[in-house]
This record gives sequence, C-alpha cells and structure tokens, in this order.
Amino acid sequence: MTRRMKFTLGAMAAFALSTAAMASEVAPEAVEFTDDGVVASLTGTAGDPVAGAEAFKNRKDGNCLACHANSDMSGELFHGDVGPSLDGVASRWDEAQLRAIVTNSKKIFTDETIMPGFYSLDVGEHLAEAFVGKTILTAQQVEDVVAYLGTLKD
Amino acid sequence: MKRLLVAGVMVASVFAGSGPVLAEPVDDTLEIDGMPIITRTKAPEGHPFDEVLSGWLFREAETRDVERETIENPGMIAVEDGETMWNTVEGTEGKSCASCHNDAAETMKGVGARFPKWDADSKKPINIELQINKCRTEQMGAEALAFNKGGQQELTAYIKHQSLGMPVELDLTEGDMQSWWEKGKDVYYTRTGQLNLACASCHETAMGKFIRADHLSQGQVNGFPTYRLKSGLTSLHQRFRGCIRDTRAEQPKAFSDDLMALETYVTWRGTGLSVETPSVRQ
Ligand code: HEC
Ligand code: HEC
Repeated sequence: MTRRMKFTLGAMAAFALSTAAMASEVAPEAVEFTDDGVVASLTGTAGDPVAGAEAFKNRKDGNCLACHANSDMSGELFHGDVGPSLDGVASRWDEAQLRAIVTNSKKIFTDETIMPGFYSLDVGEHLAEAFVGKTILTAQQVEDVVAYLGTLKD
Repeated sequence: MKRLLVAGVMVASVFAGSGPVLAEPVDDTLEIDGMPIITRTKAPEGHPFDEVLSGWLFREAETRDVERETIENPGMIAVEDGETMWNTVEGTEGKSCASCHNDAAETMKGVGARFPKWDADSKKPINIELQINKCRTEQMGAEALAFNKGGQQELTAYIKHQSLGMPVELDLTEGDMQSWWEKGKDVYYTRTGQLNLACASCHETAMGKFIRADHLSQGQVNGFPTYRLKSGLTSLHQRFRGCIRDTRAEQPKAFSDDLMALETYVTWRGTGLSVETPSVRQ
C-alpha cells in the first residue's frame, strides 16, 4: 500500500471513530499506532514547517527546547538537554515515526520516558481543570511540528 | 517498532554526548561566614542516589557567592524580621515566643535540622510553620497564621537559621513517621498533570540536566525558606506547589496531608546536608 492510500484510509477510519467537532481530525484516543509508527496524518492537511517551528519553540505550545537542543534554533535562548539533541533527527526517524513520537512517546519509547505525550489524553493524576480533555498540541500543530522536524536532516 | 526506535535512541544519545558538558554539579565548597556547610554527603541507606547534593552546587557562581556571607544574603532581612516577631507579644496571654523559649540561639538550635517530627496530639508530622501555629493558638491565645501570611515565612526562616550548618537528621521511629515517609514516597513518584511528570522525573531521572535555563538539582529542602533572586523569599510548600503546578496539575493545599508526607520524605532524601536557611537560589 502506498503511503497516500494508507493515509487516506487512516483518515477515513479516524473520521468514523472521531466524535471531535473537527470532522477530519483524528481524536487523541483514536490515533492508530502501527509497527511503522503513526502512518496517517492526524488532520489530512499537510503540516506547515514554519508554523511547526513556532509551536516547537513556544513555551505555551510544544516548548520542545525545554528538553531538546536544536542547532537550527541557535538564535533562541536556553536549550535543555533532558532529551537528545534533535539535530539531524529526520535522518534517524521517518515521518510516521516522528508523528508517533510527538503524539505519544510513551507508546514508542517506554512508559518511563519523561517526554510528555503531546496529543494524548493519557495524562498524570490530579489534572488541572483547565486542561481536562485537552491535549498539549492540537492535531494540526502535531502535523506542523512533524513537518518542521522533517527539515532537520544531517 | 519498539526495538528499532530504541536503537535510534542509542544513536541519538551518542550525538547528545557531544552536547553541553556543563551539566554536572560544581566542584566547590561552601562556608557561610567561615562556618563549613555540608553540600555533598553520602546518602542514607535505601536512597536512590549514592550522594546527596545541595541545590547550591547546581547554581551559577554569582548565585553561589551570595550565600557565602550572611551580610550579602538578601534572605537575612527576612531572618531579622523573624527575630522581631520572635520578641513581639501577641494574643490574649500577653506572651511572645521569647516569653517561653528565651534566646532562640540556644533553645532553637537543632530544631531546623530535626523537623518535621511526630506530633502526638494531631497524630501527624508537624513542621515549623505548624508548630508556630500550635504555640500561637495553644500558648499565646493568638490566631494561627495563614499560609505564607503574617510573617510565617520570616519566623520560620529565623527559627531554621538557628541550625545553620547542622546536618539534617529525621527521627522516623517516632509515632507513625515511617508510614508518612511511605506516603510521601508515593507522592514523589506519582506522575501528575497534563505533562505527566513526577518529582522523580525532574529531580532524579533528569537530575544534573538542563530544562530550558534551569539546571535540575536533586530538589533538596535543606535551605528553606529560600531566597530566590527572581522572586524573593519562598516557603517550602510554595515551592512544592509551584513544581506541581508546572506539571499542569491541581495544586494540593499547603500543609495538606499530601504535602506534609512529601515534606517528610523529601527532607529524609536530604539527610546529612547542612541546614542552609535562608539559602540563595535563582
Ligand atoms: C520534558 C522533557 C521533554 C520534552 C518537553 C520533549 N521531549 Fe522529546 N524526548 C525527551 C526524552 C527524554 C527523549 C529520549 C527518549 C527517552 O529517553 O525516553 C526524547 C526523544 C525525542 C525524539 C527522538 C530523538 C532521537 O533522536 O532519538 C524526538 C524526535 C523528540 N523527542 C521530539 C520532541 C518534540 C518535537 C517535542 C516538543 C513538541 C519534545 N520532544 C518535547 C524529552 C522531552
Ligand atoms: C518539570 C520539572 C519539575 C518537576 C516535575 C518538579 N520540579 Fe522541583 N524544580 C524544578 C526546577 C527547574 C527547579 C529549580 C532548579 C533546581 O533547583 O532544581 C526546581 C526546584 C525544586 C526545589 C528547590 C531546590 C533548592 O535547592 O532550592 C525543590 C525542593 C523541589 N524542586 C521539589 C520538587 C518536588 C517535591 C516535586 C514534586 C512534587 C518537584 N520538585 C517536581 C523542576 C521540577
């Protein structure tokens, strides 16, 4: 099956499952993790790497720099090192794998990982009311971040 | 896929190895007004680390230097305010702390290194703040102080400062201290909030790493109340609540059972470190 076909089928399956207001959006609990990662787009709309870079660095969105250094953003202050540097990350992981890592890294690494699930409702105890039923990133932001990560090649 | 990804992570950590090398606690020693302070010591039995490290070792040189002389330490203003409170008569009994306890330099020496301790009356651990309230309501005929209000932090800082340099050592054999220790351990390892992080995620697993601009320490409590250069005097339960809020979880109430258990457990994790109150942090 070609990636596009999988993508279309995945999006259709998601459409059937999703009760979310956004008709073409895969709900967090409906994201399908396969041996290849999360193959289908979460929205059916191609990710925008420029918007993705913004969501990546913004402290209120991904705040990925809290834990990851990224030479592409050397102009930004304070890169953490809790996780590995993301330089050349797209040469190590393909798109479906990157989407899986950003969506819910616990499904990919181990339950022990410190990295939060950015499009997952499988969260910690005593969730603050303001965040009930909400994911850290929207489905489209995940697509955008994945598109941005795709530009980080060796 | 899992195996494949794990292999990738191993590749990645090779890359990460070429990253910043600053991520170690510094090799430095602290004396405050010439008094040696234990900032690094062998961990007690059953501790996840071999060595217990003060948060002081994780701060920048400029921040560390401010703690070396009490005259330079902005937290000492709070200690002086606390001393005034110690001597101020309040309540219907016409008493101050000093009426019963005289000179704090003698009577309070060691107290800051031994609390929280078992309180047989409430059948719970009691910390300095709650002990102050107990004295106020039961001995002075004064009202209990609300969390962080009415000089609570200042008086706590004054009392703990009397133990400056003394190693922290809890008595877990008193009353039910051991079961509160267990409960606190549960809280410490429970992941909370939307970010799904436990105390241990940041202060154990990622200890020594940078999270954005912050060098993650072991999250030790030996310097509380602490003076934060960016926000001033900070009480321990305020710090606990802040760290929990940062995981996007509901904040437990100050002095709630969860936070008293956490204080008991985390204080034990710093066994052997000197009391640094008021420590200086970023
Ligand atoms: C609180 C810490 C934290 C945050 C925030 C975080 N990560 Fe991670 N990330 C990690 C850790 C730790 C790992 C390594 C896997 C492990 O050891 O569990 C990792 C691994 C990764 C990997 C695999 C890297 C490789 O080369 O193997 C990618 C890709 C990634 N993260 C992307 C992101 C993106 C994108 C964001 C923001 C949307 C983000 N991370 C936010 C901690 C974090
Ligand atoms: C998202 C990461 C994170 C989590 C989770 C977290 N903390 Fe912290 N904590 C920090 C940072 C950053 C600092 C400031 C740098 C330092 O001292 O480590 C800090 C500081 C502290 C300090 C002050 C240390 C000192 O030397 O003054 C204490 C105590 C503390 N944390 C306890 C806790 C406890 C207990 C929990 C769990 C209830 C917790 N933290 C959860 C990030 C975190």
